[in-house]
Parts: sequence; C-alpha cells; structure tokens
Amino acid sequence: MSLTPQEVLHIARLARISLTPADVDRFTAQLSGILDHFAALSAVDTEGVEPTAHPLPLSNVMRADVVAPSLSQDDALANAPEREDGFLRVRAVLE
Amino acid sequence: MTELWRLTAHDAHEKLRAKEFTAVELTESVLERVRAVEPKVNAYITVTEDLALQQAREADTKFATGTATPLTGIPLAIKDLIVTKGVRTTAGSKILGNFIPPYDSHVYENLRRAGAVMVGKANMDEFAMGSSTEHSAYGPSHNPWDLDLVPGGSSGGSAAAVAAGEALGALGSDTGGSIRQPASLCGNVGFDPTYGRVSRFGIIAFGSSLDQVGPIARDVEDAATLLDCISGHDPRDSTSNPEPVADLRHYLGRDIKGMKIGVPKEYFISGMEPGVTARIEEALKLFEHLGCVVDRELSLPSTEHALAVYYIIAPSEASANLARYDGVKYGYSDRSRGSMWENMEHTRADGFGEEVKRRIMLGTYALSAGYYDAYYLKAQKVRTVINREFQAAFEKYDVVVTPTTPTVAFPLGAKLNDPYAMYLNDIYTLPSSVAGLPAISVPCGLSGGLPVGLQIIGNFFDEPRIIQAAHAFEQALGGGNRLPGL
Repeated sequence: MSLTPQEVLHIARLARISLTPADVDRFTAQLSGILDHFAALSAVDTEGVEPTAHPLPLSNVMRADVVAPSLSQDDALANAPEREDGFLRVRAVLE
Repeated sequence: MTELWRLTAHDAHEKLRAKEFTAVELTESVLERVRAVEPKVNAYITVTEDLALQQAREADTKFATGTATPLTGIPLAIKDLIVTKGVRTTAGSKILGNFIPPYDSHVYENLRRAGAVMVGKANMDEFAMGSSTEHSAYGPSHNPWDLDLVPGGSSGGSAAAVAAGEALGALGSDTGGSIRQPASLCGNVGFDPTYGRVSRFGIIAFGSSLDQVGPIARDVEDAATLLDCISGHDPRDSTSNPEPVADLRHYLGRDIKGMKIGVPKEYFISGMEPGVTARIEEALKLFEHLGCVVDRELSLPSTEHALAVYYIIAPSEASANLARYDGVKYGYSDRSRGSMWENMEHTRADGFGEEVKRRIMLGTYALSAGYYDAYYLKAQKVRTVINREFQAAFEKYDVVVTPTTPTVAFPLGAKLNDPYAMYLNDIYTLPSSVAGLPAISVPCGLSGGLPVGLQIIGNFFDEPRIIQAAHAFEQALGGGNRLPGL
C-alpha cells in the first residue's frame, strides 16, 4: 500500500471532500493500487529533460486593454444558490 | 419521406438544397427517432425539442434566402460540457444539475452562425472522466450495436446518438481519447484536433493542457465539415492557436500514393483482441494497396509510460479546475451544515461521483508538498520524452497508424469496479493526447459484429493530411455511414 488511511483523509481535507469511514477504506485501496502502477515512471531517464506544461506553448498572450460587453451582475448571479444585495451569500467564514 | 435520420450530413445538405425536404422535416425525422430509441440508448441528458424545431425553421429561411452553409439545418448532438446559453449544461454531474449557462461556448456560437440545429445535450462520463459513460449522474448510455455493451466514453452519448440516428453528427471533447474511443466502439468517425486548434472558451474544464473539442460523425467528409466550422483562433482562450486554418474539405477525394505511414511496434500488445488485430492488419494492407509506404519498424519506446503520465497530469489539472465547484456561486449546494467549510465539503461529497472524487484526490496528492517532484514534475518530463519520440517519427513518416482501442465494446459493468482496468482502455489514445497531436478514429470493419476503429495520428496542425488519409481509406473500404440494426 503506497497510501495510508490518514494520508487519504489529509488529501480529502485539502480537496474539501467529506469522506465516510467506508469511503476512506475504499479510496485507500484504490488510490494505492493506481499509484503502484505509476511507480514505473521513476525508472525513465529524464536527466536534463525540461518539463512540458503545454504541448504547444504560446507565451505572453496579450489583448488590448479595452472595455467590452460582459455579463451583467444579474446574469453572473443568476445561478447562485443564495444571493443578497448583489452578493453571494454563505455562512459566516470567521466565527 | 421516411428515415431521413439515416442520411449523412453532406447527403442531407444536398437534398435540402435540392428542396427534396425541409430542415423542419429533417429535424422532425430525427426527433421521432429520438422518441423511438432514446428509452433504450439514453444518449441525451437533455433533449431540446422546441429549440431544435425553432432552429430548423430558421434554417429553412436560410435556404430560402440563399445563405445556407453545409451545416445549415443539420441536427446535431452537443456534449453536455459545451455550454449553451439558457440550456441546462451539467457535464454529466449532479453538482451542475441545475446550471443554466449565461453565455455560449465558442464552438456552439460557430455552429449557430452556420445554422446547425441542436437536438440536445449528449450524455457523458461526469466531467469527461471515464471510458464508458457509466460515470454519468444521469445513467449510462448504451451502445446502439448491442444495448448490453457500453458506447465508450467520455463522449459516449455523442457517439451513441450518431450511431443510433438520434443526430446526424455530434460534438464531443477529447482529453485522453474521449472522442476517438467512443467513435471506435460505436462505428463512427471521431477527430481530436491539434491542441489549440479549437477554442476551449465555454468548455467545462477537465485537464486544461489536454482538452480539445472535436467532431463525431457518420463519415470522414462530415467530420471535416464539422471541424472546419469550429476551428480557428479565439482571443477568449489564451491557448487558442493563431495558426491559419486549412479548408479540410479541400483534402477529400485525393489519392494518397507515396504517403509514408509509420506503424509503432509498441501498439501491438498482448491484451489486443484477435479480431481487432486482424482488421488492423487488413487496413495496413489496404494502405499499401493504395500506394502508401507502410513501415512496421517504427518504435515509440515510451508509449507504455503515456498512461501514467496522463493519469498524473490530467487529475492534477482536474483537481485545480474542479475546485470551483463549492456550492457558493452556482450548482448543487448543501446548506444544512454549521459552517461554510462543512457545507462545502458535503456539497462536494454529495455533488461529485466516485470517479471524479477519485481523480480529484489523485491529482491533489500528486500536487501536494513532498510528492510534486516525484509525480507531477516527473510526469511533465516524461511528457517531453513522449513528444520528442513523436517528433522524431514525423521526420520519417507523414502519419502514424495504430488501432484506436485494444478491444471492441465491452459489457456494461465489466470494468466499473476496477478503475485501472477502465484506464487501460485508453492505452492507444493517450500518447497522442499527451503530445497534443491531432488524431482521428475511422471505422475499419467489424469483429464479432462490433465496430473496430483505426487511429491515424498526424503532426501538429496536419489535420489536412489526416483527413486525406482517412477519406481515401474510408472510400477504399466502401464508404462510411454504416449504421447498426437498432
């Protein structure tokens, strides 16, 4: 097993996903199994090889800084679960 | 006038121009077919019947005023991660179950400008993560060739709709094979263009350095027409490439004498189904018969590492892209807990399906402190090695030809509980995706009564040569548009 249940809980916390104890067991086994298959990568010689972030990198893509039509506040908030005075409403972040 | 839904888009266009029927009649035929077979196939998450008929009426006006294009009045399925203003777009997820986009994607804008008709939003694996469409929150799609089998994925709804006659063509998206694999399993043509060829503006993101939209069609000519319509630079996507767009239809019907074809040894593995091997061998003979130089000595040694590279990079990018689904701005939201963080964690736990959670966690792990170098950075470096091997191949060959998948369509449920077995289905489509190269899957016959796909990979922006090779091959095989007896 390359992952422990504690590590899976830690990852889930970083990813903001609540897990049940059964989820933790299942994902620990499945993710460990998948990671074991990835171990072969470490054998590939990549000495001096640059990483590829994009297959066809375009650098410094710019546009003119001009005002163009964009979504209205109403349109942008139309799918919000709760809104108030043009804001998105959530429970208090700070107690 | 029966069964207009059997026509290719280009045949339908000729007949629309000749006034043999109207766009409304064509759309009605497809909608009738949807009503007849959709309960068995489940190709769509949302059928937009009223909108389709309205767009068909507009198409008839375009024909009347002489402003019709090859796609005017053609009924299409649109994968449900392509946002459409005012039409629910779910990405196959419960977390976007109530999401009504306030804007249109670039590709849908282009289709609308051309006068195409949208029949509905096609089913898919949730957030395009899967190879069977079983990871949809809206139930699996079924393969029209055999309803007990999967149509492939993630664009399985798009492929099933085209094969079942529920659309004349479709748009899908391909991150690691999600257009080509379902096209192969459903007997369609599926084209994943060069990364950057088609704007990702308004495409719900999965792996941003890999995602591309492309066509699923009844034959190569229709695939060329659809890709022509959606290609081109779009300033709203910073990865959209300014490279000039070729007119792909111009490359139909040309001979391919002297074309140099490389066939990589590494793609002929032990797990390959004998019927698939046989069809590919026959296809290679056919290319030789057409005057191509087929070389079986090509070696792409890092092919075996593409799967690990992909399943580190794509989930890593997904873990960042899917952070936006927090139940605050749009989509499903659990508001029953004591704090904002608890609400968020339960929104994501309930809103995402198993495979999506698995990949978010895999990506989060690969990017986390202490593991970044071993997984993400290493994968990016091996990605460079894979790219270099392809570039070396294209110094010798015009195109690289391989099978699209190791097997034909498999039964529903067969790989659902073994994530890695499901990942292996993409083994032939992942390498070119990792390299950002264009690749088409074109039908090359049947094995046990089920479609087999041939993959043709080209160099960056060499879509014309791929279309030329695929069209010549399809015509030599007796033409496309082979539909199952559903």
